[in-house]
Amino acid sequence: MSLSVDIRHRLGAFSLDAVFETGGRLTALFGPSGSGKTSLVNLIGGLLRPDEGRIVAGGRVLVDTGTGVFVPKHKRRIGYVFQDARLFPHMTVGQNLRYGRFFTPASERYGDMDGVVELLGIGHLLDRKPGSLSGGEKQRVAIGRALLASPRLILMDEPLASLDEQRKAEILPYIERLRDETKIPIVYVSHSAAEVARLATDIAVLDNGRVAAAGPTSEILQRLDLLPAEERSEGGAVLEMRATGRDETFGMTTLASPAGEIHVAGLEATPGSTVRVRIRARDVIVATERPRGISALNILPGRIAGIASGNGHFADVTIDCNGEAVSARITRQSAEMLGLAPGLPVFAVVKSVTFDRANTAKTVPFAGDDRNARGRVE
Amino acid sequence: MQWLLDLTPDEWNAVRLSIRVATVAMVFSLPPGILIALLLARGKFWGKSVLNGLVHLPLILPPVVTGYLLLITFGKRGPVGAFLDQYFGIVFSFRWTGAALACGVMAFPLMVRAIRLSVEAVDRRLEAAAGTLGANPLWVFGTITLPLILPGIIAGMILCFAKAMGEFGATITFVSNIPGETQTLPSAIYTFTQVPGGDEGALRLTIISIIIAMAALVASEVLARRVGKRLDVE
Repeated sequence: MSLSVDIRHRLGAFSLDAVFETGGRLTALFGPSGSGKTSLVNLIGGLLRPDEGRIVAGGRVLVDTGTGVFVPKHKRRIGYVFQDARLFPHMTVGQNLRYGRFFTPASERYGDMDGVVELLGIGHLLDRKPGSLSGGEKQRVAIGRALLASPRLILMDEPLASLDEQRKAEILPYIERLRDETKIPIVYVSHSAAEVARLATDIAVLDNGRVAAAGPTSEILQRLDLLPAEERSEGGAVLEMRATGRDETFGMTTLASPAGEIHVAGLEATPGSTVRVRIRARDVIVATERPRGISALNILPGRIAGIASGNGHFADVTIDCNGEAVSARITRQSAEMLGLAPGLPVFAVVKSVTFDRANTAKTVPFAGDDRNARGRVE
Repeated sequence: MQWLLDLTPDEWNAVRLSIRVATVAMVFSLPPGILIALLLARGKFWGKSVLNGLVHLPLILPPVVTGYLLLITFGKRGPVGAFLDQYFGIVFSFRWTGAALACGVMAFPLMVRAIRLSVEAVDRRLEAAAGTLGANPLWVFGTITLPLILPGIIAGMILCFAKAMGEFGATITFVSNIPGETQTLPSAIYTFTQVPGGDEGALRLTIISIIIAMAALVASEVLARRVGKRLDVE
């Protein structure tokens, strides 16, 4: 299913002028707060009527101000998971879950209550009232409620924003299962690069009401200049790697991709399984010769594909490692000293990688960051 | 106890009539009460403050003035009263229905206020969420809005009932004080106080008034608890 948005909308002093198209399984609307992400999903969900423009989802015109089409929200069949869950306080969890199902024509229902309850792990909550649930449980119920209305598209507006790190870690795997096990496309609003890197297949970057860029996750996250300033340090390469081997002596796992092999600790993946690895630009050192006598295990050879340096102190170097791009954020001084230029053969020394726990078959609990198990690979 | 229940037929009539008048006033005020509460809480239209003022007028005006206004509008020769009599055979003047109308009008602002407050307290984002789940506006109202404002509706009904039980000025002005037809509890008590030796009867009816008022209050508490919400009038 594809989603195509081309709208202009004014809200007080803020104006939204967004054009993008996506066919991804999980498209992230990514940008700093106040960039218009929530307004955009409200427009897609039918909670707002645009001043001007057109929204088409799966070939169905939802809004077209030119021809006067406006499908009201209860006829859109678009699931919406709100930041604040919005469960109905006077109904039990079970009644909340069944609410949307009641309004769905029998012929268009898919999925079943038991399956969804199992998928989200909320079976023990069915008879409780929403008031007694934790934030994480509420969000899971809200996801289930949206899902059971058999939507053609699901919108999620920062569903994790009001939760602490532990609760986020509790829900992320369920969203991944939703992305991988159902065929419903998801539009996911977030301002966190870590969340987006982990979940999104596609990204549309919003900046001050405009779509600054849109495309596959691995391409967008490379472009550090597109990321909001406070999230820039989380940007970098996202590589799909395959687990190829395991060294029991040191507890290291070998991951491979066309870019080369890397060895990581703290990850237990069955050989052959795919692991989404994020190499943050700030964790990459650039060397013009293969370094020796260095503790870093992972050194990927490549060629410089491009250098972007703005007015700041940093230069963002993109290295082409056998067709896969790895980004490095170094100081402009270093770039100058090493004489870096496009085409120059270099080595990317990877200090650490981030991999997502739930993408792996089985993982060892790793102290530190709750969102991701972070493998130090020195 | 026997003394309390040893009522004369006229006294019994007054008790029965009061309950009937108050119940009818409450039931018939409810639909327009909910509608106007919704309009005032959510509507954006020209003349909203005029409507608000009209609804609250009986609360501010002397009851006798309200009663007199009802008399000249709904009386037999009043414009509305003559119309209703001619085309629908509905007569208000000097009938118990007129007492119910007077009580309903006097209690209406209290009912609207209670419901309006609960409508304003409803989180509209819940209604938007119900919309995204496929519920059309009518279903949203029935399954989300109405259950959430139920405590306010109960509070409004009890307030209306209590006010109607106690209404005196507008009722006596509009439909007079006819035993068996328009003589409600307050009018009966007033009549007793006007005749020598009427103290006993007045006291009896006073105690009965207190019992009915307390029963209504307890009933509202029980109902409110059943709804699962704390009863919040203000």
